Order: sequence, then structure tokens, then C-alpha cells
Amino acid sequence: MGTNETRWDFGAGEHAARVEADGFEKGESLWRDAWHRLGRNRGAIWSLRVLVLVVVLATLAPLLPLPSPMALDLQDEPQPPVLPFADPGNHGFTPEARRQFEDAWEPGGFDRALIAARVKLFGTYQTGHWLGTDSKGRDLLARILWGSRVSLLVALSAGLCSLLIGVTYGAFSGYMGGWVDNLMMRFVDVLYSVPFVFVVIFLVTVLAEFRVERIASDGTTQLLTLEEAYGIDKMLVFFVVIGAIFWLTMARVVRGQVLSLKNSEFIEAARVIGASTPRILFVHLVPNVLSVVIVYLTLTIPSIMLFEAFLSFLGLGVEPPRVSWGLLAVDTTEAINPVKTFWWLVAWPSLAMGSTLLALNLLGDGLRDALDPKMKGSK
Amino acid sequence: MSQATHTTPLIEVRELRKWFPIHKGIIQRHVGDVKAVDGVSFDVFPGETLSLVGESGCGKTTAARTLLRLYEPTAGSAIYHPKGEAAVDLFSLGAREMRRWRRDLSIIFQDPYESLNPRMSVGQIVGEGLLVHRVVPKRQIDDRVASLLERVGLRAETRNRYPHEFSGGQRQRIGIARALALEPRFIVCDEAVSALDVSIQAQVVNILKDLQAEMGLSYLFIAHDLSIVKYISDRIAVMYLGRIVELGTTREIFEEPQHPYTKALLSAVPVPDPTHRPERILLTGDVPSPIDPPSGCHFRTRCPFAEDRCREAYPELTQLTETHTVSCHLMDGTVTDTQDAPAVSDELA
Repeated sequence: MGTNETRWDFGAGEHAARVEADGFEKGESLWRDAWHRLGRNRGAIWSLRVLVLVVVLATLAPLLPLPSPMALDLQDEPQPPVLPFADPGNHGFTPEARRQFEDAWEPGGFDRALIAARVKLFGTYQTGHWLGTDSKGRDLLARILWGSRVSLLVALSAGLCSLLIGVTYGAFSGYMGGWVDNLMMRFVDVLYSVPFVFVVIFLVTVLAEFRVERIASDGTTQLLTLEEAYGIDKMLVFFVVIGAIFWLTMARVVRGQVLSLKNSEFIEAARVIGASTPRILFVHLVPNVLSVVIVYLTLTIPSIMLFEAFLSFLGLGVEPPRVSWGLLAVDTTEAINPVKTFWWLVAWPSLAMGSTLLALNLLGDGLRDALDPKMKGSK
Repeated sequence: MSQATHTTPLIEVRELRKWFPIHKGIIQRHVGDVKAVDGVSFDVFPGETLSLVGESGCGKTTAARTLLRLYEPTAGSAIYHPKGEAAVDLFSLGAREMRRWRRDLSIIFQDPYESLNPRMSVGQIVGEGLLVHRVVPKRQIDDRVASLLERVGLRAETRNRYPHEFSGGQRQRIGIARALALEPRFIVCDEAVSALDVSIQAQVVNILKDLQAEMGLSYLFIAHDLSIVKYISDRIAVMYLGRIVELGTTREIFEEPQHPYTKALLSAVPVPDPTHRPERILLTGDVPSPIDPPSGCHFRTRCPFAEDRCREAYPELTQLTETHTVSCHLMDGTVTDTQDAPAVSDELA
């Protein structure tokens, strides 16, 4: 024991030389197999394309020659869409408009760089209102694209949260079993029973009303909001709450899967070899539950986006002048009135949100079929 | 192979017990135990094959897995004698200390479809032990894996393939290569050939025998197919309801079985002879529940020779020869009823 000498020699060098000459046989992993099967599923592939398009458009929104999403163009009522080929465009994206937008919106460094690039590319040119304007004369296309960024960001961060926290928590809980499992899952149950909408309302109220005393440099006492004092703003609360909700179900799903896997023989084989607990968790268990996790994730992201829209709709999430798909829905409600229907205010945001959610659901469905080991090798 | 009874054993198992608690109700009250293994003792000598036989549910798999600490033992000891180091009790080690000795102990599983991680390539599966124990530098793992695969009769070029691309027999050989990777001294073969078809069984059994001759491995061979057991074993332990009822060399068990249960078990082996008129000892009734085993001798409820004293105390082990022990009241010499038992064994031998 303890020495690194090999007790038996099967002639390793000789084999190695031969294998080097022959090369490898390439095996097809289950992931690759699943990918091929997904490729044959038309609906899933088109959904994937739509999602890639949405993500690219959302990311590159500042680069596109769109009107500013907050530039008011006060008219009596929302303006209908202008067909793109009939659109002469204008030169409304003046340095003045740009500065106004950047001051109010406070875009990050990446976005500022994109806006600078846009000015380089297109100058002051901006398109007309291809999808029409809302009641305050703001360009709907710009608002949908800028709004999609918030929705996608929330979905991404909550998805990542549920992936990192949920999978690790659930896998650990399930693998340890016994009282550890019991304790960890009861904690999840407790979090589950918290009515999160009320928590958001509570936190937002605290944020608005609570004041911290602080002695300024000149000796006077100041009352600061939490945002001024600690940088806790509404968006942060919003992200934390959404992150806190959506890992719970993931933890449960993963735990259930791990429970059914942890007594299988390949896990016992790893234990006999002497693999450590983290190794068993992340090398043996997690890759085998990952297919379920991926499917579950693609089906959760729509509900995260809907929850975001719901909170914003209630005025608890994103605040004007920023925009998200939930706030667009608020505008939509204004558009539904018995006197005159501004159909574009209903149609375009619904189409954007609906098609994204549909694509996610179709992709999730396709992934479930593709990753199902029972489908291996079949069409 | 030699009857290495005079050398030091590799592993001495004493009074191994594994009880699985049963909890009931909302407060998970402890209401009893499944006494899967209830006081089993045996030795495994270097270079020998000890078989555990018995009907399903008798605790043979549980005993072997507890020995490897896949289950935590309820009681007992398992003294392992490593080469050139002081003996250790595998049951009193912490998980971390145990990990160090895992290099010497290995297992081959029954189901070749269940026992390989479907997401790992064959190379990763076989090389995992080498990686975990840092036996060889990372660059050499691949070479070692290649030679291991060749040793069990697979082409080394297949090591980037995945388990689902192999047949059952090939998968079982991957399992054997994995078990061999750390150069163990002791391997549990848990029904290692039961799931394979007969021609593949022969191949795999022969690979196991060759490896044993080549490297002086010890096997704890668990099986219910007695013809394979007879072929591969040096000694055989017959288990019934969590205890060993008879233990002896292969010749002793097959030619001079003493315990009524062993006789019944042997009489169930089919004989490839159409004129053979089997004199089966047919056991009636079911195996009693290991939650609440019968008083006295566990076998008395189904034993054709049971007497009153069988219900009073569990029979002590009787040493018949140096290698042959049996646990039966009828063996103490006061009664000679067993002479009436059907002499099936002669025809089997």
C-alpha cells in the first residue's frame, strides 16, 4: 500500500504504442445522441432559432437604429404602425436625445459602448414607428426590445439561481438522506409556504418608507433611504425574491431523482472505489439528473418571466422610465377600451411574449423527448 | 487451488450482523428489524474463492456489501490483513480511513446495465479509481486503462465509447476491468455472471479464474447457480435466513453435505441425464420472515428431520473435519436420523 508502483504489468507501453497508431474509436455519448435526436425535432429546432433571435435582438438593442424607448412624442392618441418600406425615417437621435436617455436610463458600460457604436454607424438616424407608438408617443418596437432585456435578465438570473442552488441543494439533500435530508427539505417546505407576493409588497414598502440615520461629513444628521445608504434598490429586491422562489421546486425535483439513483450499482461502484462525496455528487449523480434539470429549467423560465410580468404589472417590479414586458402589459390594458381599439398595443407585446414562451415550452418538450434514455437510438 | 487453511487469512469476518430497522407511523417509531445477516463468521484466504450460496433473501448479498462497508454493519468485525502492515478492523474505521483500504477491496456487480455510469466513457469508468487514488500520474492513466481493457478481452481502442454501445457480456468485462484497476487483493463477485447468458458466463468465469491464478486474487463469490459455484469455488458457505448453516470445501459440500438444507439445495440442481430419476428433497413452506425468525434453529420450520430440541436453541457449529463445519442439532452424534436422508449427493458428484 501507499506506493505508486504497479504490481502487475500488462504490457502497458506496447498497447499504448499500438493504440496511438490505430487512433481512437469515437464513441457517441448520450448527450451527443440526444442532440442528434433534438435536431430531428422540427418544432424544437425552430423554437431554438426563435430563442436565439430573441436573445440576440435583446442583447443588441442599443446598437439598432431605434428611437429612444423613452422619447416622448406627444400626440392625442397612440399612433398606428408605419410599414417599414414606407418609413422615411428621421434624424431624431440627436446628441441631446442620447444624453437625456443615458441620464435617465443609466445603462451599463456594455450598453454605452453599443450606443456609441450605433451613433458611429447610423449617426442621428432612427427608424420611424414600425410597430406604432403607445399612448405617450413612445416607440413600441424600441420598448419591446428594451423590455425583453429585463425579462430575459430576470429569467436568466433566476434560472441560474435554481440551477446552482437548487441542483446542489437537492442533490446533497437526497444523497445524504436521513435527518440531513429531513431538515433540508423541511426548510424548503417553510420557504414554499411563504406568500412571496406579500413579501415583495412588504419589502418594497420598507424600501420606500424606512430611513437610516447617518451623520454626514459636515456633522449634520441625515435621513437616507436604504437605496441611498446601502444601494438596495427595488430591482435588487425583485431579483433576490425571484431567485429565492424558483430554486425550491428545482431542489425537490433533483432530490427525487437523486433518491432513485443513489442506490444504483454504479454509485455503489464509485463508493467502493473510494470516490469522495463531492465526486459522487458532481461526477456521477448530477450528470445523470441533468437531463431532467434541463427540461425542468426550460419549463420554469416561462413561469419566471410571467411572474416578473405579474410583479411589474402590480407596480412592484420594474419602474418607469425603464420598461419590461410586464409594464407593456399595463399599457395594453389602457389600450383596451370600448371607444377605440389600439390593436397594436395589444398585438405586438403579446406576440413577443407569447412567441418567446411558446418557443421555450416547445423546446422543453423537445428536450424531454430527446434526453429520455428510453428513446435512445429511435427517431 | 490449495486449501490455504494454515496460512493467515486475508479477511476474518466474525459475527457479522446487519439489521435494517423498520420504522412505522408519523413519529417513525422503531418497531423491529429485518435481520438480514445475523451473526455470520468466515475467513477468506489469499488466493482462494469462497462462495456464498443460498436462496434469494438469505442475506448473502447483504453480508458481502456490509463487508465492503456499502452498508454500515450493525455488529461484528472484519479483520483485514494487509501486506506488510498491521491488521485492521474494517468495521471500526471512519469513512476517511476506510477510503485508504478501498484500493485493496473491490466488487463486480450482477447487472452490467445498472453498474456502469451511462454518462461516462469506458475509459473514465475504468480509470476512475486510478484518478481518485492518484495511483499513477494522470498522463499514464490512459495507458493503464488500455492495458486493463485488453486484459479482459476488449479492444483498447474502444475506451472512448460509452456503455450503451456495448453488449451485456462486454459491459460485464468493463466492470471487471474497473474492479481490477486498483490492483485489489479481494474482490466480491456479487452474482457477477447471473445476468449473462450461458456461453458468456463461461467466458467471464474463465477470465475470473485466469486473473486469480495470475495475481493471487481472493474472491467472495455470490451465486445461486450451483454448477458454476462448483466449478469456481475452493470452499463454499451455505447460508439460510441470515446465518451460515454449513461451510466446507467444495468437495465436502457437494459429496458429503451434512445439513438438511444443503442437501435440499443440492438436490435441486438439474442433472444432464435423461435416465436420472431425481430424488428431490422438496422443502415445503416459505422462507420465514427475517423480521421474526423462528426460535431455535431457523431452518426447523421446513426441515424434514426437525425434532423438539430444534425449537429450543440455535445449534452450535459442529466441527466435522478441519475444514468442514455445520450448524445442526442432528450433527452432535446422539441421533443418527440423517442416515435416512435421501442420498442424492452421490449422483450429483
